[in-house]
Amino acid sequence: MLNESAFFYTFITLAFYLICLFIHKKLRWAWFNPLLMAIVFTVIMLLAGNIEYEVYESNTKLIGYFLTPATACLAVPLYEKLSQLRKNALAILVGIFSGVITSALCIIAIAFIFKLDKALLASFLPKSVTTAIGIGVAEELGGIAALTAISIIVTGIAGNIFAETVCRVFKITNPVAIGAAIGTSSHAGGTAKAIQLGQTEGAISGLAIAVAGIMTVIVVPIFMNFI
Amino acid sequence: MKYIKQLTIILGISAIGEFLNFLLPLPIPASIYALGLMLLLLCTGTLKLSAVKETSALLLDAMPIMFIPAAAGIINYWDIIKPILIPCFLILIVTTVIVMAVTGITTQAIIKRKESKDNA
Repeated sequence: MLNESAFFYTFITLAFYLICLFIHKKLRWAWFNPLLMAIVFTVIMLLAGNIEYEVYESNTKLIGYFLTPATACLAVPLYEKLSQLRKNALAILVGIFSGVITSALCIIAIAFIFKLDKALLASFLPKSVTTAIGIGVAEELGGIAALTAISIIVTGIAGNIFAETVCRVFKITNPVAIGAAIGTSSHAGGTAKAIQLGQTEGAISGLAIAVAGIMTVIVVPIFMNFI
Repeated sequence: MKYIKQLTIILGISAIGEFLNFLLPLPIPASIYALGLMLLLLCTGTLKLSAVKETSALLLDAMPIMFIPAAAGIINYWDIIKPILIPCFLILIVTTVIVMAVTGITTQAIIKRKESKDNA
């Protein structure tokens, strides 16, 4: 019955997210990331109900359909923050670029140490950028989209949790630098924390998501060519 | 009709992004072409912010949900991931901290250098 329903899986996916969002906000559990927990519940449902992923996927296509239009809409906040970017353009661009290169080098080094194969490497390389861009890059390079999606989410949560500690330990005190650091390393997941730290931190972090994403699109395929 | 008009514009830009992805031999996803095109149209004033504002806010709000179906696909890859679960977890957290530190330190150093130059 459930497998024939055109609406059930889309409904339950939205419902899981809203319930998790409610728990996250009402109980103020920082670790209870709504996206991660909604995925956990979805996976539990699929396993417990012995539901094939292909059935779930084909009945929730509508949700993923909006990913490209939504990513295009990142242009709107970017456009609104353009003046803030202009003022510190060089520092922000060089900083983000250094982060994008560091990310690629670290992941390649660790993949080499653990002897991970090329498909796994391609799945991990775009893990610091926003999911829509990351999945696009992973697919272009022959990675596993689902693994990239999970890696990106875990990265976002890690950024969210460690942002304040990292900035304190490494004496990063300039709001623009804090924003660039958080957005480049942990996209929207970290940006949620940056917004709490201050307006400038939040705005620059949001900006860094798009800039780091675009730089990753250009840089990561170049690195892959050498491997 | 406001939302329909805005959605039509956003879907049109997305379709052009797709065409560019089909036509150009670059590893750039359609969504990035669409993002770039939208930003270009906004900056040149061809597209007014008010023509996309509410619908884009709605789509950005709902964005996290769009990843749930793809991420749930992890169950089909569990056999690949299980043996490398611990290194994976370490990769994800250690790399995130290093990238955050490098980006922050670099950005701050350049801003400070510029400020001391401006004051000199």
